[in-house]
Amino acid sequence: MNFLQTEPIRILLYLVGICAFVGANAAYLVLAERKGAGRIQRRPGPNEAGFGGLLQPLADGIKLLAKQVMVPPGTDALLFRAAPLLVMAPPLMCLAMIPFSDSITARSLNVGLLFVFSFGSINVMALMLGGWASRNKFAIISSARVVSQNVAYEIPMLLVVITLLMVTGTMDLNEIIQQQGGGFWKWNLFKVWVNPLMPVTFVIFFICMLAETNRAPFDMAEAESELVAGAFTEYGGMGFGVFFMAEYANIVVGCSLATVLFLGGWQSPIGVLSGGLWGAGWFLLKLYALIFTVIWIRWTFPRTQFYSLLNLSWKILIPISLFTLLLTGAMMKLPVVYNHFF
Amino acid sequence: MIAQKDLIPVDNGGDPTKETFVLNLGPQHPAAHGVLRVLLTMDGEWIQRAEPVIGYIHRMHEKMGENRTWAKFLPNTSRIDYLSAMHYTHAFVGAVERAAKIEVPVRAEYARVITSELNRISSHMVWWGALLLDLGGFTPILYAFDDREKILDLLEALCGARLTYCYYRFGGLYNDVDDAFLKGTRDFVAHMKPRLKMYRELVTDNIILRKRLTGIGPLSADLCRRYGATGPVIRGAGVAYDVRRAEPYSVYPKLEFKIPTYPEADSMARYLVRMDEMEQSLFIIEQALDQIPTGPFIGKVPRVLKLPVGDTCYAVEAARGRFMVRIVSDGKEIPYRVKLRTPSFSNLSLYEEASKGMILPDALAMMGSLDLVIPDIDR
Repeated sequence: MNFLQTEPIRILLYLVGICAFVGANAAYLVLAERKGAGRIQRRPGPNEAGFGGLLQPLADGIKLLAKQVMVPPGTDALLFRAAPLLVMAPPLMCLAMIPFSDSITARSLNVGLLFVFSFGSINVMALMLGGWASRNKFAIISSARVVSQNVAYEIPMLLVVITLLMVTGTMDLNEIIQQQGGGFWKWNLFKVWVNPLMPVTFVIFFICMLAETNRAPFDMAEAESELVAGAFTEYGGMGFGVFFMAEYANIVVGCSLATVLFLGGWQSPIGVLSGGLWGAGWFLLKLYALIFTVIWIRWTFPRTQFYSLLNLSWKILIPISLFTLLLTGAMMKLPVVYNHFF
Repeated sequence: MIAQKDLIPVDNGGDPTKETFVLNLGPQHPAAHGVLRVLLTMDGEWIQRAEPVIGYIHRMHEKMGENRTWAKFLPNTSRIDYLSAMHYTHAFVGAVERAAKIEVPVRAEYARVITSELNRISSHMVWWGALLLDLGGFTPILYAFDDREKILDLLEALCGARLTYCYYRFGGLYNDVDDAFLKGTRDFVAHMKPRLKMYRELVTDNIILRKRLTGIGPLSADLCRRYGATGPVIRGAGVAYDVRRAEPYSVYPKLEFKIPTYPEADSMARYLVRMDEMEQSLFIIEQALDQIPTGPFIGKVPRVLKLPVGDTCYAVEAARGRFMVRIVSDGKEIPYRVKLRTPSFSNLSLYEEASKGMILPDALAMMGSLDLVIPDIDR
């Protein structure tokens, strides 16, 4: 046991653990998505490989691995090959910060939140590089869209997070969760006495998260009916597979962050049974509930227009999140002002 | 043919901010249903010029009409617009009947109306699902095909084909409509009404769909007239032009129905016209089921069909608009000329003018609202 606690071994274990977690999630969320889409569309979904289709991700993986990695002539070969790596690395880094339980965190940093956001933003660069290196008009249009979309949605997301930081007073994710202990009414989502608009900020965060991960109805990066496959048009085989898996890995990161910031992370909703493995259970339950919502939205709504997507951010989400920021500040200073004068 | 000079972008006068590029949309693009190719001269995401390139599946239907007998050309007509085969065979059969002065039994005419309207619904269901796919909504098409499947099953039991029907024959029908079909059609009408209501609530009233179609791609009545656009496209521009009323054929004069029109002339108007048309089709089918008489299903037709010398036209309201057959006979067993006037060709012709200055996703949404069938354009 002591041997396992030593720092190099610990790091190695968490590294393997996170890679396995991301890999398994990316593979099986694809299956979950296809199964969920099947349910929504009244068809069975994949059900041939293995029991109830459980081996489908494996079959897909083998198929993708067996394909030749084509680098089209005239592309920037180095960037073309590097882009799938760059898109997969940030979610792996981000997950190192996420506390799965009070005792299960790969690396607890007191600026964990900042770390997650700084690495989360690299994702857009990787998509842009992939689109740029492809030397394809559809891909380059998609890249331009991805950049403007991500810039537009990063702002309300960060404003919402700043609002939250004013409430929590810390960037340590574990500490943020600890503040939300003792029942679901203590979660940041329901802290209406701090800021009556707290549920609205959660909705803004969720919308921004959908837009940041390029998920429907904001899937401008892929938009298959307009841009063939967007930034991934020229990718085939495992290059495409990695982009595809990274989308799910990013969803896992985004939903984990939403769980940590708003839904109490590993805290139990009823106030008891929140430590150790119970905590991990609660965390995963909340995480997968959010991920299911993401899948559900994708198969329900059509895609938005690109400019109404930007309008939504600049004209609606940013003003609202600025207002919540102001409101939270005012409500926090209210007792101070009161004490000062009376 | 596309000349090399067409692929070179418009001269920007040395100003890099006005640089354009040519985007080759199709013939194998997921948004173009079938092998339509559109050469887009783009300024960023804005379209400066959209030139449709057609003819990838030209099959010489008109020429084929000139070297086979009248009856042998009949199956060709159902392959022109594979989604509304009933209407197309109806036009050809009607033209021959008009030229040869063949009497059609009333029962056959009612059966033609019922099957034509069923075909219209199945065609509109495909359009609806495909449009939503264009807009990025994946689920509706599976529901649409579920409903369409019921129509295909009914028609398959009737005439053996599921898509390219050859059910109408000169002077009547291939075989009689049986009680099972009539009952099945009644059941389908009862099934379809609540489904259309559900689609209206879940899809038509969806805010994203409304935003994507309302005000997008306005096609004025004047533009539609200049390019000869018909069907839901011109009705979506507020003009109540419907061949079933403008040039009555079959037993349509005996049946009541409204011609849905929307004056907004945008993509949403065309969408709503088609959704309303499905309701009207159900209404027509109900009336026809009530009125259908007993009797023979095929009239007297000479064994060897030789049409008198002359020039005959017959137009029908197909799912995409006015389909007209013009046949010229020189008194032989083989047509002298078969001219086909297809609605999709005219509906596509206006695309170049209408899409100028639009942003790419909107232009594709507008293309979806035109309901193009490529074999219908190329023939």
